[in-house]
Amino acid sequence: MQPSAALNWFAIDSDARFQTLHKRKSRFLWGLMAFAVVYYFLLPVGAAYFTDLFKIKIWGAINFGLVFALSQFIVAWGIAWFYARKAGEFDALAEEIARDADRIGARTR
Amino acid sequence: MTKRQIVLSIGAVAAALGASPAFAQAVSSEWRILTFGVFGAIIAVTMWVTYLAAKRTKTAADFYTAGGGVSGLQNGWAIAGDYLSAASFLGIAGLISLYGYDGFMYSVGWLVAYITVLLVIAEPCRNIGKYTMGDILAFRNNPKTVKTFMALSTITVSTFYLTAQMVGGGVLVKTLIGIDYEISVAVVGVLMLAYVLFGGMVATTYVQIIKAILLVVASLVMVALVWGQYGFSLPGYLGAVVGDADVQAQVARLLGDSARNMTPAELGQRFLEPGLLFKSPIDQISLGMALVLGTAGLPHILMRFFTVPTAQQARKSVIWAMAIIGGFYLLTLFLGTGAAMLVGAPAITGIDRGGNMAAPLLAQFLGGGKDSLLGNLMLAFVAAVAFATIVAVVAGLVLAAASAMSHDIWVGVIKGDKATSEEELKAARICSLIVGVIAIAIGILAKGQNVAHLVALAFAVAASANLPVVLLTLYWKKCNTGGVVAGLVIGTLSAIALVLVSPNMTYPVQIKAAQERIIKGADERIAKLNAELPGLADATATENAKQALAVAEKAKAGAEAQIKALGGATTSLVGLSEPWFQLRNPGLISIPLGFLAVLIGSLLYRDKRAEEMWEELYVRSNTGIGRAAASAH
Repeated sequence: MQPSAALNWFAIDSDARFQTLHKRKSRFLWGLMAFAVVYYFLLPVGAAYFTDLFKIKIWGAINFGLVFALSQFIVAWGIAWFYARKAGEFDALAEEIARDADRIGARTR
Repeated sequence: MTKRQIVLSIGAVAAALGASPAFAQAVSSEWRILTFGVFGAIIAVTMWVTYLAAKRTKTAADFYTAGGGVSGLQNGWAIAGDYLSAASFLGIAGLISLYGYDGFMYSVGWLVAYITVLLVIAEPCRNIGKYTMGDILAFRNNPKTVKTFMALSTITVSTFYLTAQMVGGGVLVKTLIGIDYEISVAVVGVLMLAYVLFGGMVATTYVQIIKAILLVVASLVMVALVWGQYGFSLPGYLGAVVGDADVQAQVARLLGDSARNMTPAELGQRFLEPGLLFKSPIDQISLGMALVLGTAGLPHILMRFFTVPTAQQARKSVIWAMAIIGGFYLLTLFLGTGAAMLVGAPAITGIDRGGNMAAPLLAQFLGGGKDSLLGNLMLAFVAAVAFATIVAVVAGLVLAAASAMSHDIWVGVIKGDKATSEEELKAARICSLIVGVIAIAIGILAKGQNVAHLVALAFAVAASANLPVVLLTLYWKKCNTGGVVAGLVIGTLSAIALVLVSPNMTYPVQIKAAQERIIKGADERIAKLNAELPGLADATATENAKQALAVAEKAKAGAEAQIKALGGATTSLVGLSEPWFQLRNPGLISIPLGFLAVLIGSLLYRDKRAEEMWEELYVRSNTGIGRAAASAH
């Protein structure tokens, strides 16, 4: 259906630039994902098993639990912001590969 | 959609609203006309948008994905609109108003869920998919097989979600303005069908955007009014919350006996500490897993990524959605605590036991109270936004289920992918009509059923079946048709089976025992009070005793009614006398099962073609080469 359907995908996949993109992106995304999951589950675990810590008052009526729950928002947004910044790098590499795809992936028969 | 049709449908809705004989609840009867006016204005705006969208809906691509021409910012608002259903808008504000910290903690998972969508799902889906989740799976698997199973799973998830929305919507409209349940459900259904049938994804997207903006504006105004009194100081505001007598009384009620030795200040502070609602941390973790992995497997959310032109726009739309959704939940913290303080738990639960009326009642209070024009105008506005929310969310769900039926089953499986755009558009509209009519029927049939757990179940199925197959198709070379089928079947069935034997179901024996305890306690109190009554000297004590007597008798009558409602049943729906699985949320077990099924299924099935297609899929998903392009308008 697309004009590029006849490309040699194996050749593009083994191209050095694509491998760089793959390695950098995988490490970055899955690392960030693991951090996000661990940080999130600290909230229900902390609320259940570290209640004394969550009850410590920090500023007026504001306790540690509330600050930690609010930090979840900051961290989620921070991850989004961090990825948005980093993604430009991946986009540039991907665009370069896509532009060269016809050459790298040309079928040699 | 012609102008005449629009006028007719608005007329039909107005007639349905006006003809209702029932009396108002949250909105008192003298203010109903005003409320209908606000409802009518919002419905008229969405109908106008639908009319414009109908002119732009010419091809199947327009109908399913708005031709891929939605921008990242627009899609971000539309995702937020899809996600902020009445359950999260009214429900979370209600939970915070009644249970404080735990309600707020509950909202966090709904935002964190989008990190999964952002990092590993949105962009590859945009690059690989076309109209449905089935398209993604069909890329390197047997298209007919995986599309059939994926469509079934999509319809299952959407139906659970849809049922909860329809029933919740019917109850909500009835509670707010006193229209009969059946009429409410029918009105929601007819309006939703008008958006979907005529305007397809274009209208649905714009209705979501309008609704999300109204929701955020309404919340901002309310928060400004609540928080502004304290000069926008957080410690100042929360200090007032914990110092409030209503809040302290609510905590005392929740804690019961253990609150006896606590000072009022301690009781108030307890409202901002965990543990007033959630008693089982394992259940919380299980729910968290379903949210964090399930959101990325919800068909009506994933479908939104096919409406943007590029992976970059898909990314941008998730980031916008996270900003809007997160910001909204922060506002909800103020709405909930504000309602706890200003409206008070007894008034909130007096109208709806689950607390869903917290935000609408807060709006009424802020505008000047029950008898003021502004108060009722604000209540009407929030009520209308809640109504628009239900209609819009239902429209998105119907569109997702109908796309799976028409694009995956009818075009993909039955017609072998050989259908013209006109045929497919027609099929999509017919399927939407079918799904819409079924949704209305289910909504009416499920009247009075406890459907709150169905949303959690939808997330659990999405996390246990849809997410594993999509994730592993995109990221694991050896994934194949066998794994996809095994994952979808086992993920879906295990999630449903675990819920069927969980405490979510009704267990007559347990209910009867609990209610009999209540009756016994009430009887003892009644006997004690009756014995004391003649000996009481002063009038206040007599009055207090009489009131206590009335409360005890009411509790007894309520318990007897509950036992009667069981109607002689002794076992749950699947024949159990007590829950066999102790968690309310099945994710903890069913999600690993779903992933395991994909792994084992793929390794046993072995498919050379799926492995040969891997490089193509992986290169395309990372570079966007050859993605389905946006149609030109």
